[in-house]
Amino acid sequence: MFLPKERLRQKYRTLNWPVQQPRLSPLYMGKPALRKVNCGACSECIAVCPAGALLRDPLAPDQTPTLDMGRCIFCGACAAACPQNAIAFGNNYHIAAKGREDLLVNPAEAEDVSGQSGDQATPILKKSGIFGRSFKLRQVSAGGCNACEADCNVLGTLVYDLGRFGVEFTASPRHADAIVLSGPITRQMYPALLEAWQSVPEPRVLVAVGTCAISGGLFRPGEDCMGGVDGCLTQKPEVAELNFIPSIYIPGCPPNPWSILEGLLMARHCR
Amino acid sequence: MNHLQFSLQQTPSLADIPALAADTFHNELVDMIKSGRLVLAYFCIPASDGAGELFAILAGENDLCALRSEPLKEFESTARECPQTQLFEREIHENHGILPRNHPWLKAVRITPDAPGKTHDADYGFYRIQGAQTHEVGVGPIHAGIIEPGHFRFQCYGENVLNLEIALGYQHRGIEKMLMRLPAFDSINQQRLRLVECIAGDASVAYATAQCTVWEKMAGITQLPPLIQRVRRIGLELERLACHCGDLGAIAGDTGFLPTSSWNGRIRGDFLNLTASLCGNRFGRGYICPGGVSHYPGPAECQDLLGRLAASGRDAIGSCNAMFASASVRDRMAGTGALSRQQALELGLVGVAARACGVEWDARFQFPLSYLPSYGSRIRIARDGDVLARAHVRFEELEDSLNLVKMDLQWLAENPGEDKKGPANIDLQPDMVGVGLVESWRGVVCHVSITGADGNLAACKFVDPSFHNWIGLAMAMRNGQISDFPLCNKSFNLSYCGHDL
Repeated sequence: MFLPKERLRQKYRTLNWPVQQPRLSPLYMGKPALRKVNCGACSECIAVCPAGALLRDPLAPDQTPTLDMGRCIFCGACAAACPQNAIAFGNNYHIAAKGREDLLVNPAEAEDVSGQSGDQATPILKKSGIFGRSFKLRQVSAGGCNACEADCNVLGTLVYDLGRFGVEFTASPRHADAIVLSGPITRQMYPALLEAWQSVPEPRVLVAVGTCAISGGLFRPGEDCMGGVDGCLTQKPEVAELNFIPSIYIPGCPPNPWSILEGLLMARHCR
Repeated sequence: MNHLQFSLQQTPSLADIPALAADTFHNELVDMIKSGRLVLAYFCIPASDGAGELFAILAGENDLCALRSEPLKEFESTARECPQTQLFEREIHENHGILPRNHPWLKAVRITPDAPGKTHDADYGFYRIQGAQTHEVGVGPIHAGIIEPGHFRFQCYGENVLNLEIALGYQHRGIEKMLMRLPAFDSINQQRLRLVECIAGDASVAYATAQCTVWEKMAGITQLPPLIQRVRRIGLELERLACHCGDLGAIAGDTGFLPTSSWNGRIRGDFLNLTASLCGNRFGRGYICPGGVSHYPGPAECQDLLGRLAASGRDAIGSCNAMFASASVRDRMAGTGALSRQQALELGLVGVAARACGVEWDARFQFPLSYLPSYGSRIRIARDGDVLARAHVRFEELEDSLNLVKMDLQWLAENPGEDKKGPANIDLQPDMVGVGLVESWRGVVCHVSITGADGNLAACKFVDPSFHNWIGLAMAMRNGQISDFPLCNKSFNLSYCGHDL
């Protein structure tokens, strides 16, 4: 009798997402927003950024920089440093993007960025397309620190219940429709990663999870890493012929599991 | 005196540690290990023209010992007499080209068998057992689950595993090289601390604490206010709660006991979300900052956290009890992957793996970071050294951590502090040896920073508990079955990236 009793006590825990929305920590750093200001000679945000995520047009040094979410580790140092409060990280976890250029956050004409949190994207739940009803994933960690991996793993648990969307992680790339990549791609893992990618039958999808997988993140200057998919494409142009280009980018260090879930569902409709 | 004895609070100067001749260093190191000391770090400080000084930090009951050699290009290996030094000496050889003579197993540490420029396996020289009915099973680098990469070679006779060899390095990101290039303390962009948090992403708080305590000691800050100490301890214990809870669930999953596997996976997320409530990130990135913490919870926040902690704690204990109450689960775990206390001591195992063999070693109690009360938590040990023992140790530590976080949150609710960060700038003194020891959920994380005469870093070393323990997993598999491997692996739950750096 012990087990059934415990089962009742553990309750039903799956969140009816996306109808119900998760309650995230008020301190959670989600999608950033930048307000257009005259920076003058100030470059505080660029100085404090540990990942080189703020890009400034050298021809217009007094303009507000652009924030590259593909490099950002979401530490919030820039927002804290900006004397004009022109940068803010909202509570918005709808952060997955389809193109690399969609990760660039350009400064916008706005009154105030501090309260932004809206912009609730509607997750794609339609079941059309060849992967609409069944989408099998193979996760490959190539230098990941185990945080992105853990947040992919957690999607299989009761709260997220990835299986109800027809999405599942498989044991072999040959059974998969997509590779879910994490980590900055270490040089020693690069051959195995490419082998896994070529073992996935076509049509295949690449999903880059985490800032490291997109651009190398903090490891971008390291010579033992390729610098994520960005670095692979510049250092080994031949991978572009293998179509080793992410269809979905999920930035974060690590991304929130809800962001990853949404990104994976978006990835079903890339082919 | 051939070595320098000091306490964790002290930061000796490098000049206080006598530079020994090669054979004196050898004998001293062997004597100290034979007298029961544990090697925490053993590395090389590069000197001019390809030579290097060997440097070792050993732990006794409550004190530390530092040992140093003259610059040398080769030395007599200690690994035959003291197996726990074997991987350290291989690392010295691989990183600096300094030869440990007569090393029994001088193989690569982080250069993978299929690294560019290597012919597959032939160069690596895997240990092989040959015979009519023996066979070899290779697994990885990419494994079947969502897990980091590493390569495993099993030598089998039928289903029985005679030997397991673990070849790592796939995760090597060159983090130490990057850290050496960065300033010893970067007051502006904190790149160093952010990188250190990524050494093993599931122990971010432990790593950040190790780095920050070394900085603080080197800047002369020996005692932090109790408020900061409490918040830091909450971070460390929440990390332990989440990981121990997840590991017990994974062990249940590999015995085929799915209720606990599902429940613990969910409860682990609840503990991570508690960390997120304190710093915004589920893995505690940015939780610790030099001289302080990033956020103090107010009384209302503490009450909210206490309520959630109590609910998750009840669920975790109920879920784990359901697993331990099942005779078939206990039967599967008992006797699987057993190590003796003698083996654990000789191999220099740390953390849960060592405590499950009856080794009473937990840095939280032997090398405490603060003088905070421990509220009845103590070193949890078991005797049998098998999967069941490791599961029991984890469960007891989980109960201790629940109590510690609860007491600390209650204290914080009654003693709120104003929300401000620690000192923004830290002046590192020149010519110092700073040692940071933090008991992460996996075992002890050791960080050694040595500053030169100019105040810049002369050496910087991080040793992950996995660096000590991977050999333990290999030994635990001897005479087991291949099907025991997932279970053994989960019960150790070692870090690939922490080892590969």
